[in-house]
Amino acid sequence: MGFSLGSFLRSCPGAIAQGIIYGIMAMGVIVSYRILNYSDLTVDSSLCTGGAVTATLITAGFSPGVSLLCALAAGLVAGTVTGLLHTALKIPAILSGILTQLALYSVNLRIMGKPNVTLLNTELLISLRNIPRAILIGGCFAISVIAAMYLFFGTEIGCSIRATGSNEKMARAQGINTSFGKVLALSVSNGITALSGGLIAQYQGYCDINMGRGAIVIALASIIIGEAVFSRIIETSKISFAVRLFSAVFGASIYYLVITAVLQAGLNTGDLKLFSAAVVAIVLSLPHLKAMKKGKVRNDAKSE
Amino acid sequence: MLSLNNVSKVFDAGTVNEKYAVKNLSATFAKGDFVTIIGANGAGKSSILNLIAGVYFPEEGKITLDGSDITRIPEFRRADRISRVFQDPMVGTASDMWLEENLALAYRRGKRRGLRWGITEKEREFFIEKLRPLGLGLEKRLSVKTGLLSGGQRQALTLLMASFNNPSLLLLDEHTAALDPGTAGKVLELTEQIVAENELTTLMVTHNMKDAIAYGNRLIMLSAGNILLDISGEEKQHLTVAELMQRFADLSGEELDNDELLLTS
Ligand SMILES: Nc1ncnc2c1ncn2[C@@H]1O[C@H](COP(=O)(O)OP(=O)(O)OP(=O)(O)O)[C@@H](O)[C@H]1O
Ligand SMILES: [Mg+2]
Repeated sequence: MGFSLGSFLRSCPGAIAQGIIYGIMAMGVIVSYRILNYSDLTVDSSLCTGGAVTATLITAGFSPGVSLLCALAAGLVAGTVTGLLHTALKIPAILSGILTQLALYSVNLRIMGKPNVTLLNTELLISLRNIPRAILIGGCFAISVIAAMYLFFGTEIGCSIRATGSNEKMARAQGINTSFGKVLALSVSNGITALSGGLIAQYQGYCDINMGRGAIVIALASIIIGEAVFSRIIETSKISFAVRLFSAVFGASIYYLVITAVLQAGLNTGDLKLFSAAVVAIVLSLPHLKAMKKGKVRNDAKSE
Repeated sequence: MLSLNNVSKVFDAGTVNEKYAVKNLSATFAKGDFVTIIGANGAGKSSILNLIAGVYFPEEGKITLDGSDITRIPEFRRADRISRVFQDPMVGTASDMWLEENLALAYRRGKRRGLRWGITEKEREFFIEKLRPLGLGLEKRLSVKTGLLSGGQRQALTLLMASFNNPSLLLLDEHTAALDPGTAGKVLELTEQIVAENELTTLMVTHNMKDAIAYGNRLIMLSAGNILLDISGEEKQHLTVAELMQRFADLSGEELDNDELLLTS
């Protein structure tokens, strides 16, 4: 099975739709990873929590909109748990996320009552059965999330969270309750992630207990690709944060286009996670590798 | 008024590394006092400031500020009354945030933070008015990240931020130590100006004896976590570096190490 341009082009709209929905998750991860400087692994499970809540509620007859709101709420709670483990119980950041992630696996199973829930013959907000509509609806969600996040992080509370992430000592000296800020930020981050999970479940027409495994890697890849492409505008823009958020959605779309291409070129689906991890490892190490190369150049110059 | 009553701070208690950073220290500082604090490395200067600011709590003793017991009040909750400038210019501001955002954060110190916009147009004008007299041109760079400012500019900005909202106490921990001598001098001048303008009660740690003598109305020398010398008023005005060193030697039985306490800048 060789790579055919025609069939790749035909799958592009689907990849873009997927990219937009996963991009919403990437925007959630920006809150923890970029604003708070916190590697939050809760995401891998809270994405599935969002999907599980949405799928279960829709199957039970709730509207897709209400189901999404509940998914968001479930994500907010999940993030709060991680935040409290870290701030109130002083568990290291990574471990707090891992603990919640693990616990959520059981919670997600409980929510669904079985390892997967299929959404057949139901009215959905967004579905791969109609990709142009999925892109439109996904785009609307993404834009709403960008607007809401931009406004929130411009408020007094939002600014105090940004200060907490940028310089905790300074934040406390300015009277900011940094623990509260961290909990709130992790909560918002996982809320957005779960919302994305709810959209993903609807888009693909099912939720599976393994959905979200490796989500953090997809999010990081999206963030980094987006930043690389938009770095100049992010640096100089007056609405830098909005651009950064948009860039993550853009990055996620690029990510899914690349994934679609390599799958069509014959990469085994099972090897996909290895491929993604390798790509993200390389991209994350680029700044270091660049610096090392520069250092070497300087050393060479000296020895001449 | 600030008072420390028999305050002790131990690090690594119960281990071989057990260390009393502050030991049974009592002192009272009157409203409007400008106190300079000197002492060798490890004398406990930063520890005392950290105890007052609430970075950590003492094992023993009581700290009161304007009549209320603050001994165990969390750091962020006493920040409305105590403002600080640190030795490392990186610590005073959020380097990923704009200059005006940093000022707006400080402007809200001690106030409830809600869902109102983080900075208003009126505040922006107020900040410009406050930045102009610093003479650093910062009033034209409101939307520059503070990470891009020089150390001196950042310390000046942090000082300005610290002066907002009429704090009961200003704590300066070697806030000019990381600056070149010229800039350090300017920041000290600015310090004196801001302290006088806002009538701030100030504790200033310095490694420079000349500065310790030149500034403020009271000088405290610390040694091994306690007060060795406490000089104020008339006596402080006539103090010289040589005399200060002599008195240290008489009291502690050691010579002062010039490397530890700088005589000149
Ligand atoms: N977090 C800590 N953990 C363990 N020991 C500490 C800690 N902070 C301070 N100490 C110890 O307490 C003593 C007093 O330290 P402190 O920082 O108050 O000194 P200082 O007078 O500010 O000195 P310097 O002039 O070097 O800044 C030192 O012996 C130091 O090693
Ligand atoms: Mg010190």
